Amino acid sequence: MKKLRIKQHTRTDFLTYLGVIILFVVMNILKSNGTLSRSLTGQLVPICCYMSMAVSLNLTVGILGELSLGHAGFMSVGAFSGIVAAMSLQNIIPAVPLRLAVAMIIGAAAAAIAGAIVGTPVLRLRGDYLAIVTLAFGEIIKDLVNCLLVGYDSKGLHMAFNLTGSKTIDDLGMKEGGIAIIKGAQGATGTTTIATFTAGFILVMVTLFVVLNLKHSRAGRAIMALRDNAIAAESVGINITKYKMMAFVTSAALAGAAGALYGLNFSSLQATKFNFNTSILILVFVVLGGLGNLWGSLIAAAALTVLPELLRAFSDYRMLVYAIVLILVMLTTNNPTLKTFFSRFKLHKPTGKEAV
Amino acid sequence: MFPKLVPMPSPNLLTERDADKTPILECINLGINFGGLAAVENFNMAIGRTEITGLIGPNGAGKTTVFNLLTKVYQPTKGTILLDGNDTHNMTTAQVNRAGIARTFQNIRLFNDLTVEENVTVAMNAHMHYNMWSGIFRLPGFWKEERVAHERALELLSIFNMADLADTKAGSLPYGAQRRLEIVRALATNPSLLLLDEPAAGMNPSETAELMENIRKIRDTFQIAILLIEHDMNLVMNICEGIAVLNFGRIIAKGTPEDIQSNPAVIEAYLGKQKEA
Repeated sequence: MKKLRIKQHTRTDFLTYLGVIILFVVMNILKSNGTLSRSLTGQLVPICCYMSMAVSLNLTVGILGELSLGHAGFMSVGAFSGIVAAMSLQNIIPAVPLRLAVAMIIGAAAAAIAGAIVGTPVLRLRGDYLAIVTLAFGEIIKDLVNCLLVGYDSKGLHMAFNLTGSKTIDDLGMKEGGIAIIKGAQGATGTTTIATFTAGFILVMVTLFVVLNLKHSRAGRAIMALRDNAIAAESVGINITKYKMMAFVTSAALAGAAGALYGLNFSSLQATKFNFNTSILILVFVVLGGLGNLWGSLIAAAALTVLPELLRAFSDYRMLVYAIVLILVMLTTNNPTLKTFFSRFKLHKPTGKEAV
Repeated sequence: MFPKLVPMPSPNLLTERDADKTPILECINLGINFGGLAAVENFNMAIGRTEITGLIGPNGAGKTTVFNLLTKVYQPTKGTILLDGNDTHNMTTAQVNRAGIARTFQNIRLFNDLTVEENVTVAMNAHMHYNMWSGIFRLPGFWKEERVAHERALELLSIFNMADLADTKAGSLPYGAQRRLEIVRALATNPSLLLLDEPAAGMNPSETAELMENIRKIRDTFQIAILLIEHDMNLVMNICEGIAVLNFGRIIAKGTPEDIQSNPAVIEAYLGKQKEA
């Protein structure tokens, strides 16, 4: 007898999408009610960005099994290229949602190219080289953007590197009416903020869609296979470098899109925002949510972005309490006693004879 | 009387039974050095297209190294490997697999966090063609090929009566089932030569008997050649049509099971030299 077989992962994926939709609706209602505090309302877009960052980093760390310590670098690439795109397309594409979408796609493309450049040499190696190289990449991108001058006028884009420290935005030689987009260490200032919560919601959904569907296709199987056992994966004909690149570049591109949205949410943004701490913060989301567990990443990203705001009451001790909460969560989620306790309430019991 | 050393059988003895066809695999003077140590030297062997061949020898003789050479986990420092007449020089492990050599491992290497079915379908990757975008956007190519892969995976699993374990995590399978799954995974790559590294290790006599039947069944259904490393002499002598004995990285004897059983060089390698009275 043949019966309709709903795989367990299909159900989990469906619940993840549903959870995000419900959260979006609830937040929108709270926002229109005015129940949500001002600071939290301002956090909505960054939360979406961080959720998306966590899911995309989970593709590299959880699904591919390679440690990346420079995910904020890709976010930075996406953010600043997205800002440049959105600002220079202001007159060409007047429709804001379309301009935002185009800026995010350009941000994703730029980050994907950066990912390919970083990944091509490193992913051929086995070991922890990716962690070292991405760590350096994040720092290099920060320094590069710090001396980057970009402006836009009727003649098009102007770009210069302020390597000697003597150049200013005036050296770009822009015509009358030109706008300065990125001003070196000052960062991108005067950006028209066009990011919306709805765009953030769509970003999270698209990121989830891409990562989940990639995971459950032949490419995803190959990626997880080479994570579990690289030698065996090679022995069944899997081109390791190709699939590592696929996962890493996809992850970078999604981070770029999230970065573009993040950048277009603030009128002023500096490159130092995307430093090593931010990379580690995103890694913490992934580890806390569980490696390879996408809904876990979503929850961890949302909770840990909101937490510092909620901990404002502790003022000076905020980061201390934050660290303690992190440690407690790590301890309890990995506690075998609690795990067995909660597994009693699991709806799904493993089918199939486990020991024949 | 103390036995004389028999002359080395001709390198092509094994092919004589498959004389009408070219061999699927031919090794010519294959060798590898690790530093100053010649782990395998002058390894000559030919395997017929539907032949079950055994590779035996004492511990540390270099049997698994031969497998690693054939699958290019190690690049040979000497000699040539001809797979179906084509030189596999400069091929990677993945390319050799796609050219037709599949293997299992002595210490099981499954994809533990994938399900049994996924372990099998991942091995069909080279035979699937839909690209990353059809996978992400679930285009018709995805559904078509995934359905075929799913059906073929269940079919292959049913050889070992494992179809009902399809959704179990491979890592949680009992030991014997993990060994069988490795064979199924190797078969899923559609090989013309299957290398089995100690398939009966850790199995009890009844499991071994079942395995023997299955190895024959695989050869008969898929019409492929099988080369196996095994310490279980009962299994080797029963199912292998040709046997090569390796000691200290060199082939010391080749022939049919009967030849090998009475070969003094083999007896010496396994039991030691008889002292002169």
